[in-house]
This record gives sequence, C-alpha cells and structure tokens, in this order.
Amino acid sequence: MLDGRGAVGRKASWRLFLSGGWLVLIALLAVAAPLISPHDPLEQDLFAGRLPPIWMDGADPAYLLGTDSLGRDVLSRIIHGSRVALTVALIAGLATGFVGSALGLLAGTLRGRTDLVISRLVDIWMAFPPVLFAILLIAVLGTGLSSIVIAIVVIDWTRFCRVVRAEAMNQSKMDYIASAVVAGQGRAGILWREIGPNVLPTIVALLTLEMGIAVIVEAILSFVNLSISTDAPTWGGMIAEGRTAVYQAWWVLVFPLVVLFLTVLSFSQLGEGLKDRFDPVLR
Amino acid sequence: MTLLRSILLRLATMAVTLFGAAVIVFFVIRVVPGNPIAMMLPPGASEADIARLSAHYGLDKSIPEQFVIWLTGVLRGDFGTSISLRQPVMPLVLGRLPATLELSIFALVLAVIIGGATALAGTLWRGTKTEAAIDVANGVGLSVPDFLWALVLILLFGVLVPIFHISGRISPSAELPFVTQFYVFESIARLRFDLWWDLLKHMFMPALALAIPLAAIISQLLKQSLKETMHLDYVVLARTKGYGENHVILSESLPNAVLPTLTLIGVQFTFLVGGTVIIERLFSYEGLGNMAIDAVINRDLPLIQGIVLVFALIFTLINLLVDMTYALLNPRLRHA
Repeated sequence: MLDGRGAVGRKASWRLFLSGGWLVLIALLAVAAPLISPHDPLEQDLFAGRLPPIWMDGADPAYLLGTDSLGRDVLSRIIHGSRVALTVALIAGLATGFVGSALGLLAGTLRGRTDLVISRLVDIWMAFPPVLFAILLIAVLGTGLSSIVIAIVVIDWTRFCRVVRAEAMNQSKMDYIASAVVAGQGRAGILWREIGPNVLPTIVALLTLEMGIAVIVEAILSFVNLSISTDAPTWGGMIAEGRTAVYQAWWVLVFPLVVLFLTVLSFSQLGEGLKDRFDPVLR
Repeated sequence: MTLLRSILLRLATMAVTLFGAAVIVFFVIRVVPGNPIAMMLPPGASEADIARLSAHYGLDKSIPEQFVIWLTGVLRGDFGTSISLRQPVMPLVLGRLPATLELSIFALVLAVIIGGATALAGTLWRGTKTEAAIDVANGVGLSVPDFLWALVLILLFGVLVPIFHISGRISPSAELPFVTQFYVFESIARLRFDLWWDLLKHMFMPALALAIPLAAIISQLLKQSLKETMHLDYVVLARTKGYGENHVILSESLPNAVLPTLTLIGVQFTFLVGGTVIIERLFSYEGLGNMAIDAVINRDLPLIQGIVLVFALIFTLINLLVDMTYALLNPRLRHA
C-alpha cells in the first residue's frame, strides 16, 4: 500500500500552495490597485459603453476585459473591488472569530448558567435565515463598511461559538486540565494557558472559512444594493449590474464572478489545508 | 412516557426559541431610522395626516406597548397589516409560502439524488480516478455557496445554452387554473403536464443552485459511512457468500450507513431553506424570501416580522422533526 501520510501531505501542500497563491495575488492587487489599474474605476465614458473584452469583435484595446453599461473599465473595477472584499474578509472574519470563540470558550469551560444562556442564544440565532437577518441589519445600521462588519459578526458568531464550545468541553474533560486544577491554577489561567492554545488550530481553520463567507456576504449585500456605498466598485455590485444585462454584456457578470468564485474557494481550501496540517492524527 | 416527556420538553424549548426570535426582530426593526408611514404618503402630506395614519397602524404607542399588542395578535393568528401592500400580513405570507416550500423540497430531492448517486458511485469504484474526481467535485461543491452556483448556472443554462428560464416561477403568458398556491402539486393533480413542465423549467436552476452544496455534503458523508461498513464482518460475510458488489453496497452497507447522513440532511435542510431568500431574489422567483427583501427595502415592519417569524417556525419545526426521526430510527436513543 502507498504511504498514506505522504499522499495526504502532498495533497494538502498543493491545496495550500494554489489557494494561498491566489489569495496573495488578490492581496497584491488590492494593495497596488491605484498603481496597476489601467483606468479610474469610476470614470465613465458613455461613448464606450458595453465594449466586449479584447479578443472579441468591436473591442477597444484600451479595455482589456471590456466595459460596463456606463463605459467603466471592468478590469479596473475588479482590481479596486478586491480592496473592499479583502478589507471585509479580514476585519469581519477576525471580529466574528473573536466574538464567537470568546463566547464558545466561556460556555464550554464555565458551563452552568453561562452555558445555558449562550446555548439558548445560539438556538434563537439558528432560527433566523442568515441572509435575511444581514439585510435587515444593514437596513437598520445603514450602509457602510462598519455596518457590514457588524452585520457579519452578528449573523455568524454562532459558527465559532458552537464549534469552540464543543471543543472546549472535550478539552475540559482531559487529564491535563484536572492536573492544572490540582496544581492550583485559577479558572482564568486554565482558560487562557491550557484550553485556549489547544482550541487555537480549530479557530484558525474556521477563520479562513469565515473570511470566505464574509466576502460572499458582502457580495450578496452589494447585490441587493446595501453595501459600502453605491459608488465604490465591489464585486457584488458588478455582479448585480451584470445580472441585469446578462444577455447584452455577459462579460460584466463573468469576470467578477470568476474572481469571486476563486477567492471564496481559496479561502475555504486554505482552511481545509491548514486543518490537515494542524491535525496531529493526519500529520 | 420518557418519549412523551422529551417531546414536551422539546416543544417548550421551541416556544422559548420562537419567543426570543420574535423579541429580537421586533426590537431590531424598530431602531430603523425613517418613518414607514411617511413613505406611504405623497410628499407634502401634513403632520396631521402622518399622525393619523401612524395611529391607525399603532405606531404612535411606545415600543413595549406595540410589542404586547402585536404578540397578543400573533397568538390569535393575526399578524397585523402590511404597510406597503395594505393587506393583512397572514394571507400575504401564506400566499407566498407554498412557492418557497416547493422550491426547497425540489432542491432537497435533487440534493439527495445527486449526493446519493455520487456516494454510491464513489464506493463502488473506490480507489479509482472516478472516486478521486468525485472527491474533488465534493470539495468544490461545498466550498462555494448557493449564491455563486446560481450565477454560474444562469450563465451556463440561461445564456450559453438557454434551456431553462432565468426568472419567475411560471411563464407570464400561462393561464392558471390553480386554486391553491402549490402550483407543482396541483398541476400534477390536474394532469396539466404542460404547466408542470413550465414550472419545472423555471424551478430547476434555483433548486439546483440550492442543492449543490447540500449534495456535496451528503455525498461526502454517505461515502465515508459506506466505506466504513465495507470492512465489517457481516458485509465481508455477504461478499464471501457470493453476492455481487452492487448487492453488497445497496442491500447490506446502505441501510446501516444511512443514519448519520439522515441526521445531517435534517440540519443542513434549514440552511437550504435560509438560502432561498437570496436565490429567489436572483431568479425573481415569487416566494417568501423575495417578498422579505422587498419588505425590508420598503421598511414594512409588520410584514418583516411576519415573514421572519414564519421562517423561524419552519426552522424549529425541521429541527424537531429531525430529532424525532432520529429517536425513532435509533433504538438506543429511544429511552435515553
């Protein structure tokens, strides 16, 4: 039989390499957006509306991936859209992970009444359709980056909370925790020094997953016109525009969709790859 | 007796969950800036008109007072009156709910068929390139959410090879003989297969988009459970008795491997139903989710409350059903 560990290692490293590579590329685009975009993403040219991408008839070589109905450069808008996507992914992902994990750790280690209250809250949250909840929150909070971050934290903290709570409960039952109690460590010490480090790999894997989800939520909110603002180019906003004119100008939908698809896929595969790396059984 | 007690306990927690959901939504949407009444009236309406209409919808009272009035109404089956559509909320919601239920159930059926078939194929051809391909497809299928699959499908089967309709529930030109809102079921009952086919052509893409992530999860878990049973003594025995591989997988492994997958389907089904909100929007499908987004945009407080509560009720009912099926199917849990 083949060496199973080698096979897993190879598969995981390919996955890490490809998904990590794509995300680094998107991050570079986001950082260097003003330098590398061929056009101003907001600049309209009504005489150059709905130009097809460069390899099709009737294209203008100045617009590599064509233009939208207002004559804005699709490529430049995708490059600038990566800024919003990655900002939301990082801030919302980390904030959601922090809030959810903290509540999950508290519920899983303190148990008793704390656990009861937090678990009941999770139950209530699971009874809301998440997309509708997010749209509702943006309607309440108003559009803008901070509203989107808050909305993502509010709808998705339960994902971390449930997993981390279960993991913390498993860890609490183990002998090393009993030893720490005997050794006279306080509750806070056990939580911070003993259980925390052991649930960290789980949190990290969930975190990359959450970043992908954050990108999607932002895109969905842009799609229903409730995101950063109507001006800033976002992938979701481009997709919404492309959806309405899909028969006349498919490229306005296809290119941002491909980029969004690969980004979301990469975030999730990065998480899976990292989980395999961290998993002591597979390693 | 213990079963009855655990069911009663479950019903009690369900009531607490629903009450919690009602409280949260009620108070969250009342923080909304902007007066929903002012949006109904033509510009230039007098202060007195706004005040009169606010009183009509009960919006002049304090928020806790409004909550008590609303809750007593809900308990009597009265969800109030939609501000933007000026009709009672309950019939509006019930009118749209069947469309969403039909879509969700169709998606669930698709997910079970695709997920089950690929799991069986992967087990039958385990260790081959086919299994590896199924694994990769499952990985991609569950990493990418329904929203993106919907857009991919629109491009593939709506634009590139236009064989399905990309918007609506039924062709607008069709004359509808239906008396219920369950169009798909009623078209079969009336033997109107032309309408049934038209409905299906509209429903196929949104349903498939909702089904893909669930199909991938089903395929992954079922294949894993099936492969685990392949080494068990009774399966090995069946094989040594001379039964073919197909028989061994379908008749021996499957019945024993299916339980964890069934539980998972139940939990994941609530996510699928939640996904209908944006998918209905994408395909302009006239269901509850599409109505919900309009309600939020129009600040239609009574309608938002009604729809969210109906969704919460569906979710908690699905969870209850899953737990009960699990208890019935798993004898070890029956007396737990």
